[in-house]
Amino acid sequence: MDGPDIGWYLIVAAMLFGIGALGVMLRRSPLIVLLSLEIMLNASNLTLIAFARQRGDLTGQVFALAVMAVAAAEVAIGLGLIVAMARRRLVLDVDQASALRG
Amino acid sequence: MNVTNPFYAALALIGNLASLAVLYLLLAAEFLTAAQVLVYAGAVMVMFLFVVAYLGGRADAPWAGGPPLLRTAAVVAAAALLVEVVVVLGLAWGDNLQDPAQVADSFGSPAEIGELFLTDHLLAFEITSIVLLVAAVGGVVLGTTPEKEDD
Repeated sequence: MDGPDIGWYLIVAAMLFGIGALGVMLRRSPLIVLLSLEIMLNASNLTLIAFARQRGDLTGQVFALAVMAVAAAEVAIGLGLIVAMARRRLVLDVDQASALRG
Repeated sequence: MNVTNPFYAALALIGNLASLAVLYLLLAAEFLTAAQVLVYAGAVMVMFLFVVAYLGGRADAPWAGGPPLLRTAAVVAAAALLVEVVVVLGLAWGDNLQDPAQVADSFGSPAEIGELFLTDHLLAFEITSIVLLVAAVGGVVLGTTPEKEDD
């Protein structure tokens, strides 16, 4: 196989996941939290695809595609929520948005 | 992660996604590379930038971490996650992570993935379609605030 061992891809994925987790835990703007979530989902995708290549089994790639679709759906809903929060002139802060009812 | 203006953060994420697409290409996942560039770096991030532009100055996200204890705990948790993964990788490297399987040239091509999706993983395919439909409807519902509730 051209390129480095699978393990290096997994290490990159672990770093990306750590960065994403840190962003979700530390930042309070819902936009940035969504961006960090995307980073974490992409890290898991990279892991799935790396193992699909390692085992020579396409199922991992199919699963990664499903994860991509779910991520797109999640972004659509999350951005809709953020716009709804902004319309109601709520503070864009995930710590203060503790009540679901307007 | 430390950028105040979410516009720059989103642009940086586009760069990150494009680099990941190159890694997918190295892993013989041509179709997923195309999907990554089109769906993620294209559609999703354009939607993101659109919302950032819509929010304008309200989208600014100054660095406002919680109490120091919480911040330290978050850093420790993320570092523990990273160390754990790297240690496990180091232990498993010799056995399972070398000499990847020999794959044909068509590995990861749209034709093969499509065939797999419509035979072995038909249920997952259908569930994905339902999830996307629900998300689209939910996005519309969330996007249109009824006027009478606007008190």
